[in-house]
Amino acid sequence: MKITDELLDYIGILARLNISEQEREKTKQEINKIVEYMDILNELDTTDIEAMSHTFPVKNVFREDAVQPSVEREYVILNAANKKEGCFKVPKAVE
Amino acid sequence: MDLCQLSALELGKKIKVKEVSVVEATKAVLENIEKKEKNYHCYVTVCKEEALAQAEKVQKKIDKGELTSPLAGVPAAVKDNMCTKGMQTSCSSRMLETFKPIYTATAVQKLEDAGAVIVGKTNMDEFAMGSTSETSYFGITKNPWNEAHVPGGSSGGSAAAVAAQEAIYTLGSDTGGSIRQPASYCGITGLKPTYGSVSRYGLIAYASSLDQIGPMAKTVEDVAEIYKTIAGHDERDSTSVNQPAPSFTLCEDMKGKKIGIPVDFFGEGIDVDVKETIYQAAKVYESLGASIEEFKMPTIKYAIPAYYIAACAEASSNLSRYDGIKYGHCAEKYDDLVDLYYQSRSEGFGSEVKKRILIGAFVLSSGYYDAYYNKALQVKALIKQSYDNAFQKYDFLLTPTAPTTAPKIGESFKDTLKMYLSDICTVSVNLAGLPGLVVPCGFDKKGLPIGLQLIGKAFDEETLLNAGFAFQKETDFHTKSPEGKEA
Amino acid sequence: MEFETVLGLEVHTELATNTKIFCSCSTEFGGEPNTHVCEVCSGMPGTLPVLNKQVVEFAIRTGLATNCEITRYNKFDRKNYFYPDLPKAYQVSQLYLPICQNGHIDIEVNGVKKAIRIKEIHMEEDAGKLIHDPWDDCTLVDYNRCGVPLLEIVSEPDFSNGEEVIAYLTKLKAILQYTGVSDCKMEQGSLRADVNLSVKPVGAKELGTRTEMKNINSFKAIARAIEGERARQIELIKEGKKVIQETRRWDDNKGASYAMRSKENAQDYRYFPEPDLVPIEIDDEWIEKVRQSLPELPEAKKARYMSEYQLPEYDVDIITGSKDLVKIFEEAYEVCNNAKEVSNWIMGEVLRLASETSTLPEDISFDAKNLGKLILLVKNGVVNRNTAKEVFEKMFSDNVEPEKYIEENNLKMVNDDGAVQEVVAKAIEANPNSIIQYKEGNEKVSKFLMGQCMKQLKGKANPAVVTKILEEELSKLK
Repeated sequence: MKITDELLDYIGILARLNISEQEREKTKQEINKIVEYMDILNELDTTDIEAMSHTFPVKNVFREDAVQPSVEREYVILNAANKKEGCFKVPKAVE
Repeated sequence: MDLCQLSALELGKKIKVKEVSVVEATKAVLENIEKKEKNYHCYVTVCKEEALAQAEKVQKKIDKGELTSPLAGVPAAVKDNMCTKGMQTSCSSRMLETFKPIYTATAVQKLEDAGAVIVGKTNMDEFAMGSTSETSYFGITKNPWNEAHVPGGSSGGSAAAVAAQEAIYTLGSDTGGSIRQPASYCGITGLKPTYGSVSRYGLIAYASSLDQIGPMAKTVEDVAEIYKTIAGHDERDSTSVNQPAPSFTLCEDMKGKKIGIPVDFFGEGIDVDVKETIYQAAKVYESLGASIEEFKMPTIKYAIPAYYIAACAEASSNLSRYDGIKYGHCAEKYDDLVDLYYQSRSEGFGSEVKKRILIGAFVLSSGYYDAYYNKALQVKALIKQSYDNAFQKYDFLLTPTAPTTAPKIGESFKDTLKMYLSDICTVSVNLAGLPGLVVPCGFDKKGLPIGLQLIGKAFDEETLLNAGFAFQKETDFHTKSPEGKEA
Repeated sequence: MEFETVLGLEVHTELATNTKIFCSCSTEFGGEPNTHVCEVCSGMPGTLPVLNKQVVEFAIRTGLATNCEITRYNKFDRKNYFYPDLPKAYQVSQLYLPICQNGHIDIEVNGVKKAIRIKEIHMEEDAGKLIHDPWDDCTLVDYNRCGVPLLEIVSEPDFSNGEEVIAYLTKLKAILQYTGVSDCKMEQGSLRADVNLSVKPVGAKELGTRTEMKNINSFKAIARAIEGERARQIELIKEGKKVIQETRRWDDNKGASYAMRSKENAQDYRYFPEPDLVPIEIDDEWIEKVRQSLPELPEAKKARYMSEYQLPEYDVDIITGSKDLVKIFEEAYEVCNNAKEVSNWIMGEVLRLASETSTLPEDISFDAKNLGKLILLVKNGVVNRNTAKEVFEKMFSDNVEPEKYIEENNLKMVNDDGAVQEVVAKAIEANPNSIIQYKEGNEKVSKFLMGQCMKQLKGKANPAVVTKILEEELSKLK
């Protein structure tokens, strides 16, 4: 697998990261080297092997449906750079 | 007597019998920090005032008999990716430079409940992504054994602080070796517990299915005590296993133990000194009545690509929440909402973090998911199977922690892939969710420490800690400190 | 060229749990912004989700009530995208193993029965609310709704027109309300629908390109959106243009939809299994337990009302279509034991007043037991039907107790023969001309005299009694 400029731009959009012109070549090269290395997994035949997302068979962990107090609003927005009237403030979201 | 040379349990005992006060112990650590920090830079934040105030409170509780833990009153430090209420928690990133959590991580809370005095937050690779602690936004941490070398990573600050006696013990986190490898590089003892045995609540996620908090200290006894304190079920972490908190007494009897050595851990690029030292350590166990057997584990070479795919994928999702809106770095200049995301994230994250996020977005993206992410999860199943097979035969496994001792500062990032490959001995343990213990077992020709890794069955930390305990009864590597390096 | 429409529906319903899906914050609607929020639902670093068991129960209930198979081994997945209403920048949802699959809901439109297949039902979390601030021309973000549990109910593209869609939604809404899964308050957004629509020439095998219209929140708007989008697509095709697969927003005020297009909206959600939550295993025992706890569902209730009470299908459809009307019916019936009367009152006065006062069925507030009492009062001749209607208006508006109200306002029917006799005598005396006409054989005047008597009696008299006495008196004059 080769990461092209086009693909790099695409994953940059997915990740909301700018890839500046200066770092572009280096980033592409490094990612390519790593992705190429990842391709050695193709050596392994994994047909019929179930993908293991959870290592241990822990299951059915639930919480009862009982209300606990929420956090004071000033703490909810404490770390926000921009806030107004108890809300997080962001540039106009396109509807 | 220098209190900072003591182990946590030794200091705890002196506090208990009132030979030393909690404030004295705390001051001793703070003084050491003041003296050595400019050389090693183990900390992102040192909270002197809060620690001294806390020390007084803890002393009162000890006096009243409310705190009886053997760790009560002992100063500690935690990695800067664990949330501490009201105290900056940066993950060594510009992104969280000003972030003050509104709650405390469960593991840290458990330590505080046992009477720990938190003196500060230790330096790390940005968002725990790295093997050297060089990716910290706040500058690199140096290896107390040789300042030209890295302390390892990502819990480099936690490891170096123990080695430099800037902390009695610390907490680190381990996603692919981030406790064990720096413990090895810094000549200290560190435990990566079984996935699910210590709550992750409040640990700022790198890769959720692999992250685990664990103790770093001078001795196995300390590590065991800290582990017992922080482990146990937490209803706020669904992946924390619902079983009673561990309680066991260390036992050094190794007679009849079967130890496996997976030869694939000694592959290409392994340092001769490391290899010899590890085999010498195996001999120690033989002398104690254990049997040693070499065996093959060929799947191990696939652990690195599987690990980086899984870890980067989860990281790309976990780190999406840093958008400049709710917390963390917010760009000053932006055109609109979308640009706010781009600017804040591009400014807030360092290059290694960005690289991993991009890789993660790629392996999950439409058309590539099956070839990469799903494949990695299948390989994960194969690796777990290999370990399951090994543990049919062996009580625990004995391996190196890293192929080399600590590299020189600046060397690792010349070739990122090579750096990733040096995680060969540690990442498979995370993929399989197993516990891994590292104990100092010697030095290379340059005088840099070498750590022995013991890998155990899931939830059988006891066997591992017993084995580490037995080793430390027979050897004195863990009593060595980087002498002559003091400022 | 004639076209036919192919429609599929994705319905989102907020569940009637006390707490959010992954934390213990209240799900209560309203409240000051960001006051039902904690570190978990605001996505603070280091926090982890813990699943609310009630959400799983509700999902199983819904699945059973819509004839679905319940998935025994469930997982959650993360759906990744950036938007300010989504604090973690991923929504925890179910892609690979949704909790319910392969169900159906039967509908009937204009006498034709049809099964609408349900592809799947999955559990997920709701997003927060964005408020436009015109003063600063910015957007304010409120996370109160963030993490409220949702079920997404995905149908197969089995609808061919808006009527079928409305019939399906009505039925689905009743099921969700009956089972207590959701209050389905569309105006509060607790039931919203996304419509997938494509058109194709009649008889064509291949489906046309579909568009999706998001978050339409009233039945009427859905019908209008379907009509509007259908017309738009047909026009495009007739003009030789192509329908683009895209998400569109229906603006019900303007009666038009418009595309939500942006290169940042690449539909690549990078789903992967949520590592912070463990799998859910549902065994037979659990399913059986939920099945036992299911109330009688609309279909069964309808059949029973028709066979047991002999009520007309039209009335039963309307009553069983609303959990609130059913509640009124059953409570009133309990008291008066007269299904026909209760049904008539609901179909007549209850719905009339509700419509006149724009009251939604869930907001009807009178005590239905009192309707039962009122029916008994009519039956027992305590009030006549007209008075009863007056009383009911008061019950509907102020929830008055009928007996007490009748007593206090002196509305009891006059059954006293003496009093009636007196009024009749007076009426005869006061209308000599009418009596002459009567004697001449004009029987119609008796109606006039009857009206005069009732007027005198202020409508409270039992008409049967008045008629009887009036006829007796008039016959004496013959």
